[in-house]
Amino acid sequence: MAVTHVPHKRNLPFVQDAAGALAILALGAVGYFLYPDDLAFLTRLIGIAFLVLSLDLVTGYCGVATLGHAAQFGVGAYAAGIACVRGVTDPVALLVVGLFAGTVMGLISGALITRFRGLPQLVLSIAIGQLVAGLANKLSWLTGGSDGLSGIEPSKVFGIYGFDMYSRTAFLFSLGVLVITFIVLKRFVRSPFGLMCRGIKDDDLRARMIGVSIYPRLVAMYGVAGAVAGIGGALTAISTGVVGLDSVSFERSAEVLVMLVLGGAGHLWGALAGTVIFMIFEHIVAAANPFHWMTLVGLLLILIVVFAPRGLIEPVLSFWTKFRRKGEAA
Amino acid sequence: MRTIFSIMTDAVAYGMVLFIISIGLSIMMGLMRVVNLAHGAFAMIGGYLASYALRDLGVHYGVAILIAVVGAIVASIPFELLLYRRIYRKADPLIQVLMTIGITFFIIGIVNFIFGPSLKPIPLPQTLSGPLDIGFRMLPTHRVFVIVCGLVVALALWLLIEKTEFGIKLRASVDHSGMADALGIRTEIIYAATFALAIGLGAFGGVVGAEILPIEPFYALRYMVTFLVVVSVGGAGSILGALSASLLLGLADTTGKYLAPEFGDFFFYLSVIVIVFLFPHGLFGKAHT
Repeated sequence: MAVTHVPHKRNLPFVQDAAGALAILALGAVGYFLYPDDLAFLTRLIGIAFLVLSLDLVTGYCGVATLGHAAQFGVGAYAAGIACVRGVTDPVALLVVGLFAGTVMGLISGALITRFRGLPQLVLSIAIGQLVAGLANKLSWLTGGSDGLSGIEPSKVFGIYGFDMYSRTAFLFSLGVLVITFIVLKRFVRSPFGLMCRGIKDDDLRARMIGVSIYPRLVAMYGVAGAVAGIGGALTAISTGVVGLDSVSFERSAEVLVMLVLGGAGHLWGALAGTVIFMIFEHIVAAANPFHWMTLVGLLLILIVVFAPRGLIEPVLSFWTKFRRKGEAA
Repeated sequence: MRTIFSIMTDAVAYGMVLFIISIGLSIMMGLMRVVNLAHGAFAMIGGYLASYALRDLGVHYGVAILIAVVGAIVASIPFELLLYRRIYRKADPLIQVLMTIGITFFIIGIVNFIFGPSLKPIPLPQTLSGPLDIGFRMLPTHRVFVIVCGLVVALALWLLIEKTEFGIKLRASVDHSGMADALGIRTEIIYAATFALAIGLGAFGGVVGAEILPIEPFYALRYMVTFLVVVSVGGAGSILGALSASLLLGLADTTGKYLAPEFGDFFFYLSVIVIVFLFPHGLFGKAHT
């Protein structure tokens, strides 16, 4: 994918970011005021959105095919959950715990996975994901095994806002963290480092020829992705109060890959859009028979790959560019 | 001694089931470079068909196997024509993974809608269900049957690939499809035939291995990773590689489950990581450029 949206004018660097933040906040406000009964679901959606953003960093920006990305998310969730059960109850501190654990996990898996390309890469990512899932199941004294880790009761956010049973605090807290993370990531992918990762994805041979060492960059990117996924895991652990084996499962990894490609890999907005569309679709259809649900998702996936392999965001973006060009010409 | 013997029998039988199912995938990946995660889904179609034929139509076991293999191949034709052709060789692995996961979900949904979402037993005929006396030990006949099937498949494939004209064309297409095309080999026909062969082997393995890998509603998802791992450990496109990887992984898994059952798949995936890290192209694979 060519680098098409490098900003030309840098004189107003914060306008774009502020617009992005406002857009997310507006969407959040719509959710908060129109669907007050579904806030728990929307909070879960935000948690998953972190994982999809994280996957976007390695798949969309670096071209790494992975089917084990839930490992980063799950490690963050378990770390935050375990810390909370053992006495660290401050939500912000728990986020830091999740972030740290996710980063470590990201660096480890990145160091293994990004050495190869193609099939070995895919199989290594799956094996690492399954290994983490196996460990989460096995270390039941630490993680609760197949019963899940429960009893996570974080204290008030900043000592003021307690978590209520309608998930209002959890939702607003998650939304706030999402906005901050999103803006940081927006700037991160526009940084020289982020652009170089795109360059590696487009043509790693050329990148190597101009003197870029690829491997350390990809590992570092994996670390950042792990941090983002770890925050998402910690948020999910805090807001739901339980961490189950499903948070590290293969199905979770496959599902977020579907969300990413649905929205459009290589765009942060695409990752968000894919999460929202897929999760709401799932929320509505999942009430039906799970097999009808699978047929529909399978069909959706095949159609996406055949007709819109670059995701739903691509037509929107090309329309936007055309629109702006027209504006400039006039 | 007795434990070792029964571990060995189970491990070899399990390995042979893995081999029969995965060898089709391995050849397909060696030839077409398609990471076909839907391979298990076609094996599942075979299993459901065989179960239906045996229990509702009451046919003989051999006929049921035939129905399963032919039925799975017929069911796979539209997928080959409409979808797989697009992703042969050149497509990027992400697209292949997504499309084949989509196909897997789709097949799971449709198959369970038609046949009902329950465990599908495949009753064994009288001759295969009892124990078999091999002189100094009694073995479950079914295990021996599976092992024999695996050996026959390996031998037949070796003969097919090494000794026939089809095999020569197949190897030429694997090694250099552009050149093979230029020499007048109809590569798209080779591809289609190999695809059918792969699906047929998968369905065959799904039916004869149903005692060991039971046919259930989420069969395709549950073993998706296992089959892929066998191919990647053995090296895509290599019969010897797939055979040795199947036996090795069957041994690792069975031994682990006998001796440390609470660890589950842990050792299995640990060994996979080590092997793939040391041999990124598989034990017997060639690096494709």
